[in-house]
Amino acid sequence: MSTLTLREAPPERLDLLPITPLSLSGLSQGEAERLEIGTSRRGVRLGDIFTVSLDGSDTLTIEGGHERLDQVGAALSEGTLRVNGDVGQRLGAGMAGGRITVSGYAGPYAGSGATGGLITVEGDAGDHAGGALYGAKAGLDGATLIVRGRAGDHCGDRMRRGTILVGRAGAHAGARMIAGTLAALEVGDLPGFGMRRGTLVVGRHGALSPTFVETGSHDLVYLRLLARHLQGLSEAHAALLARPLRRYSGDLATLAKGEIWVAA
Amino acid sequence: MATDLTLNGIRVVDTFAEAFDVAGTAIVVTNDTPKWAMIAATTMTGFATSVIGCGAEAGIDAVLPPEETPDGRPGVRILLFGFEPNGLKDQLIKRVGQCILTCPGTACFAGVAGPNKIKLGGAIRYFGDGFAIAKRIPDAKGQERRYWRIPVMDGEFLCEDSVRAVDGAVGGGNLLFLGRTHAETLKVAEVAVEAAAAVSGAILPFPGGIVRSGSKVGGRTKGMMASTNDAYCPTLKGRAGSALPPDCGVVLEIVIDALTSQGVSDSMRAGLHAATEIGERHGLIAVTAGNYGGNLGRHHYHLRDLLAPAGGQEG
Repeated sequence: MSTLTLREAPPERLDLLPITPLSLSGLSQGEAERLEIGTSRRGVRLGDIFTVSLDGSDTLTIEGGHERLDQVGAALSEGTLRVNGDVGQRLGAGMAGGRITVSGYAGPYAGSGATGGLITVEGDAGDHAGGALYGAKAGLDGATLIVRGRAGDHCGDRMRRGTILVGRAGAHAGARMIAGTLAALEVGDLPGFGMRRGTLVVGRHGALSPTFVETGSHDLVYLRLLARHLQGLSEAHAALLARPLRRYSGDLATLAKGEIWVAA
Repeated sequence: MATDLTLNGIRVVDTFAEAFDVAGTAIVVTNDTPKWAMIAATTMTGFATSVIGCGAEAGIDAVLPPEETPDGRPGVRILLFGFEPNGLKDQLIKRVGQCILTCPGTACFAGVAGPNKIKLGGAIRYFGDGFAIAKRIPDAKGQERRYWRIPVMDGEFLCEDSVRAVDGAVGGGNLLFLGRTHAETLKVAEVAVEAAAAVSGAILPFPGGIVRSGSKVGGRTKGMMASTNDAYCPTLKGRAGSALPPDCGVVLEIVIDALTSQGVSDSMRAGLHAATEIGERHGLIAVTAGNYGGNLGRHHYHLRDLLAPAGGQEG
């Protein structure tokens, strides 16, 4: 297992996009330490901030996180990346595969545009977790994002594919959703606002948009498949589907092929 | 009749069954109860005895317990065979559309992996008139599968977007049982069907797995693709060309289709052994197989090679 140990608080925001187990596996210690990760004219290199220990494996651990570590794992396509601490914005944004685990807090836009792999945030996440970046067509795009704690507002905004599991999400969870599945034990106001397609499964919710209409309770085969899928990711979220569910269809202001399942 | 072979004291003609390459696929249908899963399966596999007249040959491969189905409900695995991939696709869509979509509570899943994709749910979804929803969900192995959720009057019909057709499917494996009386020979054939059908990936598409109207290619009437196999008709005994011994009063045939050539071989072997084991008690005279001289089908299953028990060395 390769390790990057943070020696001091970064003097500026760092861009860890080029740092993946795969990219480091072919580098010598010196080459790795000379990788540029700074975002200013200061020219910060990996070795300036981290103690680098490489063994060529497909597992990389970052010991000691910081909210200034941006784009952690954003270029990940295979292998495992673990951060013992916090990370900044765009955790795993655009990643194509592999696994990322963050033990602490993740900044905004975690998992944005990620097409594959699994991102797990053990703590909380900022706004727009799994949501679209400014001007981007889609948020989460096929990957799986798990936030054990609380996610901010606009979680799963404009997500297109994949699965998001959140403990608690703020307002506008799943807003403008194109497709995909978002399950949360609790969400704030206006979940699924403007969603075209997609599925929200929630334990509790805030104010619901009047453009959603209740269709009643249904015993659908789809829910069985979804429950089996969620069981492998989070028992708490799978348990939502074991409870009696009410279905709301919407958003009738758009395509109206989305749905919100509310556990009783 | 040719050289004498024997198995369990029953004469086995030293000949071969001639079988053909076909396009084959499998689907799994599930329902809330085994009864309704079976109703859906029997409806879909009806009128599917011969690809010549029915467009497809189909049958029930296995009854699946809930733990072996994608949605955890009781299920049935159905095999469907056609002459070629396009014909198979056409039959699959028609049969699922008319028999599975219409059946209360039923869902439909791909039942086999293979190289050739057949769009199924992706075609039937148009019944949903634009209200159908596509969902991608990983299966138990983590492989992502795409489903269509089509609104229907009892909720939703869930159907996998596409199923797979396999390479190497074979249709037309067969055994002919030459017996003395109808009832006794039927009993022998029934036992053979039970053993042959127990082989996974093999079906016997005729009624109860048994066909009494074995055919030959062409006929005396112009335009006939096939006509009665007069050499094995007991009422035509004694004429030139009859293949039946004087004491034979009835011939029944079983026909086998399978997803692999090995499946046909295994199924024929199981049927041959099961039939000959009870043959002496039920007046079985001989077992033979149907072929067209070996020039039409590329798969030849020699009965001589099937005499060894399962797992034994083939000749």
